[in-house]
Amino acid sequence: MRKLSCIFVTAIFASLPSLAFAAGAIDGGTKQAVNWVAIGMFVAFVALTLGITYWAAKQTASAADFYSAGGGITGFQNGLAIAGDYMSAASFLGISGLVYTSGYDGLIYSVGWLVGWPIVTFLIAEQLRNLGKFTFADVTSFRLGQTEIRILAACGSLVTVAFYLIAQMVGAGKLIQLLFGLDYWMAVVLVGGLMMIYVTFGGMKATTWVQIIKAVLLLMGATFMAGAVLYKFGFSPEALFAKATEVHPKHTAIMEPGSLISNPLSAISLGLALMFGTAGLPHILMRFFTVKDAQAARKSVLYATGFIGYFYILTFIIGFGAIVLVSTDAAFLDGSILEKTKSGIAAIQGGSNMAAIHLANAVGGNIFLGFISAVAFATILAVVSGLALAGASSISHDIYAMVIKNGKANEQDEIRVSKIATLFLGVLAIILGIIFENQNVAFMVGLAFAIAASCNFPVLVTSIFWKGLTTRGALIGGFLGLISAVVGVILSPAVWEATLGNPKGSAPVPLDNPALFSIAIAFAGIWLFSVLDRSARARADRDGFDAQYVRCQTGIGASGATTH
Amino acid sequence: MDARSLEAIQRDPDYKELVRRRSSFGWTLSLIMLVIYFGFILLVAYAPKFLGMRLGTGVTTIGIPIGLFVIVSAFVLTAIYVSKANSKYDTLIRRIVEGA
Repeated sequence: MRKLSCIFVTAIFASLPSLAFAAGAIDGGTKQAVNWVAIGMFVAFVALTLGITYWAAKQTASAADFYSAGGGITGFQNGLAIAGDYMSAASFLGISGLVYTSGYDGLIYSVGWLVGWPIVTFLIAEQLRNLGKFTFADVTSFRLGQTEIRILAACGSLVTVAFYLIAQMVGAGKLIQLLFGLDYWMAVVLVGGLMMIYVTFGGMKATTWVQIIKAVLLLMGATFMAGAVLYKFGFSPEALFAKATEVHPKHTAIMEPGSLISNPLSAISLGLALMFGTAGLPHILMRFFTVKDAQAARKSVLYATGFIGYFYILTFIIGFGAIVLVSTDAAFLDGSILEKTKSGIAAIQGGSNMAAIHLANAVGGNIFLGFISAVAFATILAVVSGLALAGASSISHDIYAMVIKNGKANEQDEIRVSKIATLFLGVLAIILGIIFENQNVAFMVGLAFAIAASCNFPVLVTSIFWKGLTTRGALIGGFLGLISAVVGVILSPAVWEATLGNPKGSAPVPLDNPALFSIAIAFAGIWLFSVLDRSARARADRDGFDAQYVRCQTGIGASGATTH
Repeated sequence: MDARSLEAIQRDPDYKELVRRRSSFGWTLSLIMLVIYFGFILLVAYAPKFLGMRLGTGVTTIGIPIGLFVIVSAFVLTAIYVSKANSKYDTLIRRIVEGA
């Protein structure tokens, strides 16, 4: 295994010179010119994180080290790492780009991404820490049938991770192509390769520190940008909004909800997916096992909510700053589109997702542009690492150790399986990233949230709070939620019409996000098949609740931190 | 944990108080968050013109402070829960664990 990984590392580094050469060759072509400042800063970030991975690898010996960093992360550190996991490139570039094109609509989205966190604090975080060890399936299968529930949890986790991962990989390839002037496939291989190194060598400890560093850099960069924008307007938001409504083709319409939310039911459905999906994302849930106890878990969500909320307020200012400073500056616009549409907003080079990147150049020049580009790349790396670790843990801990080996796996074997699973997921992510290069993957993050909200969340919350839940009820309800979410997305306008090319208005399901009915189906299925369940297994499931509830409330018997 | 100490904990008045208080508080706060957020979403869906009303003579609309309020309320509700848990629930839990 070690040897295999070494070969891999050598291969990555051997490809670096040719990478730089190839990048140089396309200078001045259709792609962005190679940005040496950005590449320099990114290389510095990679060197630092590889150093941390080396340090973490020396301390990662047991399964607890690998999956949960030995429970030795503090509440504050974990809060930053959760924020790092959650503030993906999609939310940084995507939301500021959305504010750039539609103004207020961007704020509606950011609000949705944030409101799941209080729910996680009130109902999930402490309970999860008290009952689980490495994955959230430890909690859902606490008193239920191990085999069935582990398989369900692994399916829910892996499907969520897969869609999230594809969206991140494709976004990474496109972004890096624009930022660094690298070929798409090289960017995807680079991201996948670095991710495999972080996770296989450094496990949760390295992944956590990559998240923390990236979160700090991203918060610093965004603070500087928003501060520079406000400084230009004498720290008066009103002056900023006034100038933005003057130069934006939609004028004062950007100050109110726009066309983005046209169907009320769609809006509610998306809201449900965002709110409850957060509480069902496996890579987020896994973070609560990295702290020493329930109190630290609770504190870490408070820090995370603060950082994420602050960050979303910054992206709103950044989006408006871009309207004023980017859409009016010919240097950032595509001349031919500008001629056709007469709108600086539509003519932005590289599309609206580049609004924050161009703004960095506008307020801080080339050096700051390089910094923000490197941070955006680092952001993707950190998020995919967290996802890969969550997926690999589900394969090695839930499937290999608990189902195949019946909970009697040798710890070193389990870690080895986890590392192999990481390599497998990394290669898969690279292949899928390349396959989906020219597909519209925007719906995939929404789908990942819908599945997390319809399969993982209902099973998790009922297993913690409802005595009547049985193995059969959880299994059938969970799979019904999973299947209805996936089918609902395929039949939605976003996929049926926009991706599969069927005529407009022909989508069998009018909602863009299925959460409204798929969450209801999951809970109804869980309730119905639990209530009807008269099996001996069901009696054991219900009898196990009291002991579980006492541990969940008090933490007596919860797995502690390993000491180093 | 054997069956006897389990029953002893369940009879412990501190445990009963912890469960009653924390459950009702957690679900109440969750409900408040749901009402605030879906209140906002319903305004977006059914009353976009209300959110577009201007504050005073400038271009800033009432939707901006309302949106910010939802973001800040998420943090404040979390902070209220955490401070209560740190001061009240942890004390109860410590007493239960020591008694067990």
